Amino acid sequence: MQLEVAGRNVYAYTGSRAFTAGAPTVVFVHGAANDHGVFALQSRYFAWHGANAVAVDLPGHGRSAGDPLASVEALADWLREVVDALGVRDVSLVGHSLGALGALECAGRYPERVRRLALLGPSVPMPVSEDLLEAAGRNEHVAYELINGWSFAPGSQLGGNQVPGMWMLGNAMRLMERCHAGVLAIDLAACNRYANGLDAAARVQCPTLVVIGARDLMAPPRNAQALIAALRDVRTVMLPETGHSMMAERPDAVLDALRKFLQ
Amino acid sequence: MTIKPKSLQFDTLTLHAGSRPDPATGARATPIYQTSSFVFPDTDHAAALFNMERAGHVYSRLSNPTCAVLEERIAALEGGIGAIATASGQAALHLAIATLLSAGSHIVASRSLYGGSHNLLDYTLPRFGIETTFVDPRDLDAWRDAIRPETRLLFGETLGNPGLDVLDVPRVAALAHEYGRPLLVDSTFTTPWLMRPFEHGADLVFHSATKFLSGHGVVIGGLLVDSGQFDWNAANVRERFPTLTAPYAGFHDMVFAEESTTGAFLLRARREGVRDFGACMAPMTAFHILQGIETLPVRMARHVENTRAIVAFLREHPFVAEIGYPELAEHPDRALAERLLPRGCGAVFSFNLRGTREQGRRFIETLRLFSHLANVGDAKSLVIHPASTTHFRMSAEDLLRAGITEGTIRLSIGLEDPSDLIEDLGRALYAASKAA
Repeated sequence: MQLEVAGRNVYAYTGSRAFTAGAPTVVFVHGAANDHGVFALQSRYFAWHGANAVAVDLPGHGRSAGDPLASVEALADWLREVVDALGVRDVSLVGHSLGALGALECAGRYPERVRRLALLGPSVPMPVSEDLLEAAGRNEHVAYELINGWSFAPGSQLGGNQVPGMWMLGNAMRLMERCHAGVLAIDLAACNRYANGLDAAARVQCPTLVVIGARDLMAPPRNAQALIAALRDVRTVMLPETGHSMMAERPDAVLDALRKFLQ
Repeated sequence: MTIKPKSLQFDTLTLHAGSRPDPATGARATPIYQTSSFVFPDTDHAAALFNMERAGHVYSRLSNPTCAVLEERIAALEGGIGAIATASGQAALHLAIATLLSAGSHIVASRSLYGGSHNLLDYTLPRFGIETTFVDPRDLDAWRDAIRPETRLLFGETLGNPGLDVLDVPRVAALAHEYGRPLLVDSTFTTPWLMRPFEHGADLVFHSATKFLSGHGVVIGGLLVDSGQFDWNAANVRERFPTLTAPYAGFHDMVFAEESTTGAFLLRARREGVRDFGACMAPMTAFHILQGIETLPVRMARHVENTRAIVAFLREHPFVAEIGYPELAEHPDRALAERLLPRGCGAVFSFNLRGTREQGRRFIETLRLFSHLANVGDAKSLVIHPASTTHFRMSAEDLLRAGITEGTIRLSIGLEDPSDLIEDLGRALYAASKAA
């Protein structure tokens, strides 16, 4: 579906279903240099099981117009505008990585608009290595290579995709390569600068799910501990032998965690 | 920069990509999942699998765990995003075409093609409303001039069959993209060890895995690989590819290019082409091809080394007129081959005998180590006379255009000791020269 948010066209994948007024709405928010497709399986499930699934492309990503949002706080405000554009009182937010930070900040700022919050691969804070920031700033391909090297658990580096015939590392690489120059650098800088995560967590009023990849090098499990401690109604799912690209590495485990939490 | 990216190298991927020790048994080799279908844990799970809400295997026509390992492996080796294993190389070519084209569509193809591909394009597809214009692969203007509004695909072989024209993949790909069309490449003769066409701009690659990938002449199989690079949804492009960019009634109005920005082609190919045409690969076949790929780097190096020795021998032989091998100074594509094929130009080539058709027959029948049969890319050396076999349906004019004469002999050099192969060829050449 197409939405208009802050005067810009925004694309959202809905699992080929029309938006149904009155049905619960789940908004999926992707991470840096990605698009809605990283949630294809999980969002499609909810779209066909009684919910409005809305997997957005962030501004400047995928099919959405505009420039990338320069801060997590801007992303949080933008998400609230998405909720307005959908014409609903509240939504459940599912965010991955940068999208998790945006969802967290949104739930902290606008608790009345977020019914449930699922944070996949969060890290608070989310420091980004200097090497990666510099490479992304220069639009060097090695930035994508570093991310791929850190985003998949050692076992996943060999493949074994649950989606038959798809090579996860190649697909992740190609998706990042499709981003316009500069997008990754802006996204990573937003992650790196975000300092408000624990304050936001303290203001969250809805139940929260935190899903952690036990082998995540981009958002190591220890970097979620303070966040988990700051959330008042939280449950945690730790996925063994899983890295940061958990929706690709363990699509069913991620879906099952979301189902149990959201349905 | 102090940190280096972590990624596995090509030779490691030939052994490991797509496979892990079997979680059920610990088996180190990839198990042959010899089953037609897979049990659903519950009804909700079953429905989710059918509706692409969950990933997994349903029925071995659509996907199979052994075939999936092979698909991931070739995708990793090519630098692509995924692949589909098919019943043969021809099935892979047909799947690519059937996924993108419909009646009224048009292909621009190199005229230097495997005879089977030529049959499909020139004789069979027109019956279904798909026309092909064949062009000299070296003539970029001919490629450009042949593109029509209804053109949907450009197609060539990395090394044209049988004259070994080297396809200028970077330039033909750039031309295709200038016009908003994808380039499909048959990479059978080169394998990803000699060339990775995606790095040069090709969008789709297919293989007859029957040849060097499996490497031992024991199976028939094909592989279709997607780079994930072509933007099917770009402005002025999306209208040409409604199979990927418009709702598909055959799958709940799914728009494949929305479902996956990168993987739309493979989604449609599996969800429609493999489902409906059914030219899937058997798991036993996938196992054999996986075994072959495990030794691809060492085999290809030896294939090329042996071929160079044979070419050097034939070049000095008085009964040999000309040799079509792009590493030779006189080959028109030598400079291009040096650029695109730095590791070598493969192990299949043709040469012309100075003699009559009868002398050609005597040559082939005198050979002992070379097997006279219709295949290439075996560990064992092979020989054939294209004009009377693989290309026999082509007119004399088309044969000449494809670089084939009555005296053309095609060799596929195997892994034997090269001195034995040279002895075999020398004896057969002598016998042929005396048969006049």
